[in-house]
Amino acid sequence: MSQPLLRIERLALALPEGADRLYAVDNVSYDLNVGEILCVVGESGSGKSMTANAVMGLLPTGVHATKGRALFAGQDVLAMNEVSHRALRGRRIGMIFQEPMTALNPLMRVGEQIAEVFEAHGLLTSRERRERALALLEEVRLPDPATALRAYPFELSGGQRQRVMIAMALALEPELLIADEPTTALDVTTQAQILHLIKDLQARRGMAVMFITHDFGVVAEIADRVCVMREGRIVEMGSAREVLDNPQHEYTRALIEAIPGDAVPPSRDDSASAPLLSVKGLNKIYRSSGGWFQPKREVVALDGIDFVLGKGETLGIVGESGSGKSTLGRCIVGLNTPDSGEIRLNDVDLRALQGRELREHRRRIQMVFQDPYASLNPRIRVGMAIAQGPIANGVSKVKALEQARELLATVGLDASAAERYPHEFSGGQRQRIGIARALALDPQLIVADEAVSALDVSIQAQVLALLDRLKREFELSLLFITHDLRVAAQICDRLIVMQKGRIVEHGSATEIFLSPRHAYTRELLAAIPGRHGERESVAAAAGSA
Amino acid sequence: MSFFRRFAQNRGALVGLIILALVVLLAVLAPFLYPDSPWRMVQRPFLAPGEMAGFPLGTDTMGRDVAAGLAHGAWVSLLIGLISTVVALAIGVPLGALAGYFGGKIDDALMRFTEFFQTIPNFALAIVLVAILQPSTTSIVAAIAIVSWPPVARLVRGEFLSLKHREYVEAARLVGQTHRDIILKQILPNTLSPVIVLASLMVATAILLESSLSFLGLGDPDTMSWGYMIGAARTVMRQAWWLSVIPGVAILLTVLALNLVGEGLDDALNPQLARQR
Repeated sequence: MSQPLLRIERLALALPEGADRLYAVDNVSYDLNVGEILCVVGESGSGKSMTANAVMGLLPTGVHATKGRALFAGQDVLAMNEVSHRALRGRRIGMIFQEPMTALNPLMRVGEQIAEVFEAHGLLTSRERRERALALLEEVRLPDPATALRAYPFELSGGQRQRVMIAMALALEPELLIADEPTTALDVTTQAQILHLIKDLQARRGMAVMFITHDFGVVAEIADRVCVMREGRIVEMGSAREVLDNPQHEYTRALIEAIPGDAVPPSRDDSASAPLLSVKGLNKIYRSSGGWFQPKREVVALDGIDFVLGKGETLGIVGESGSGKSTLGRCIVGLNTPDSGEIRLNDVDLRALQGRELREHRRRIQMVFQDPYASLNPRIRVGMAIAQGPIANGVSKVKALEQARELLATVGLDASAAERYPHEFSGGQRQRIGIARALALDPQLIVADEAVSALDVSIQAQVLALLDRLKREFELSLLFITHDLRVAAQICDRLIVMQKGRIVEHGSATEIFLSPRHAYTRELLAAIPGRHGERESVAAAAGSA
Repeated sequence: MSFFRRFAQNRGALVGLIILALVVLLAVLAPFLYPDSPWRMVQRPFLAPGEMAGFPLGTDTMGRDVAAGLAHGAWVSLLIGLISTVVALAIGVPLGALAGYFGGKIDDALMRFTEFFQTIPNFALAIVLVAILQPSTTSIVAAIAIVSWPPVARLVRGEFLSLKHREYVEAARLVGQTHRDIILKQILPNTLSPVIVLASLMVATAILLESSLSFLGLGDPDTMSWGYMIGAARTVMRQAWWLSVIPGVAILLTVLALNLVGEGLDDALNPQLARQR
């Protein structure tokens, strides 16, 4: 076997004092060969990005290597001085980041940013740089590359920006490409395109790719070999086939099971129940008022939305960013006001109510928010955060706090949590607190807006199970808004697929997954990374050829 | 890490705190150290510091004890600085909170009102107000408060604008909390850290403003203040420079101490920003 391109040998990276563990990564060794895609998988805090950062010399202050070596083409990059390390970065090792908006300079045109890569290494004349930039944008298949060269990052979509990042990383034809969660911030259909592009470029150029991700679906899509990390250690390593089909370590198994790779929902009892919420002809247009020099802009967020949600039912609203799904949720709970249309709860039109009566009905609809870190007031104790709803509605403080403790127990937290502040809890625990807060007012409907998308997969599964259990216990209806079809498949009875403010398809979850009628739904389903059905059909096609 | 340890990490802040503590001590002890009125003539005029035992800082043009004036002046300066800041906060915080929280027309109206005060030069307005109201401690406090609340309102409004869209505020709206509760319990506690930092700097500015007014002879005629001492000594600057310099240094140290403390508070209240340095 030839010498590997990148060899990590018993690497240990020490965290600063006072961190929750001693080492960010401990005794990590792996090889990356030329022309290979290695996926490093792990949940947040597993140390999966740290090794890559060490190779690039991007370790955060306070973190430093204490043991081991990182050999790139035979040279230890950890022992290198800054000058020779800089010569390596960009030229021989390229990197792409998670958030393409913040990784690009917002005030520089795309073409200049790509040209800057050559400039930093003192290569080519400025004319040649521009030509190369154009060629690169063509290679990453940006539509209309000549215009894109002159565009600012904010004029491009998320997927296009990520293509620009890839073009920059590829500019000097590196032998190794490090991709740190490059598709996490993107919609599923865009993610599928970017994964395809990376795989294609890798094959064409014979690069080695280190692909860091938390998503086993992505792994199934792209990896040759997989390295699973947990709390700074490697728990399992092997070829993608081996690890995915026959995981040895129970943690790997748990991770793989936690994502419904097949994305086919279990069939549910879909007998019609009495309607709880009915929405008719809902419209909402966002207007920016426009200044002296800019025209007015209108964005149609909701366009004639109709649906009915039964008692005890879970309805999923699925769509990509900009589809209006969040606006719909916010209109239903009353955080946004629709331009026209009807929202009826228990056959009472909420839009016609006012003041006290409206408050009385509103509390029947509660919301669980997306970001577990922003949805709890950092200066209010958890118990009070849950109790404040009942208190605002006239329950005595003592009684409300008592009830808050009970609710904490119901969502699986210790009752003593009531005395603590939100920052003492992890993301998953905070989301449980958010759910307890929503339950405190004894609602009939809970709107969960991307309630699990900020969480790790294993935590996601727990929170989904909790929601499902509470739904039965408290006889709730659930409106589940998500961009992730796999999550929707796990919990929803019926689904609504939204695109550009319209409902393009609705039906039972099983129907939508097994026989989608609308082209957009089919596109969304095909884009789910790591679907077994697709892989088998590809294999079958390869077999028959 | 505890609040005080974060504060103490900034050496300058610690020095500032010590100076400030000494000034406060001086102000509190003034009636015991110098029970007589600081206006009383006790010796012959123009005694240089150290020239006669019992008058460590000498006497002024009228034979009054400079040390006594300094001690009693500390009390006046701190008191006016603190009270006028409290009054300015009492005007600025509610206006800023209402403007930021409700937005729209209320915001427009309140902010135009604020701008009205911001367009007039601070010191000129303060002079006019004191001159109209007759110089007294109350009118000086009022004048300083009236010229220094607009930045508070601006700051609080900005904080409210960004905080009112936080998810926890929306959650509070959904559970039916009243506007009053949301403003007082949800948002206001989260705006306090920048306001506290600003307030510590405002005390310093207020002390400077009071000194400037007294220097111009617009101070309360019954109270000895540092600004008055400098103003009274300016005609004899060449014969007895120390008469201007001693109260000047006192003002300098106090204002510097307050600024250092303000910076330390900023570090301690916003640990994320402080660590980057």
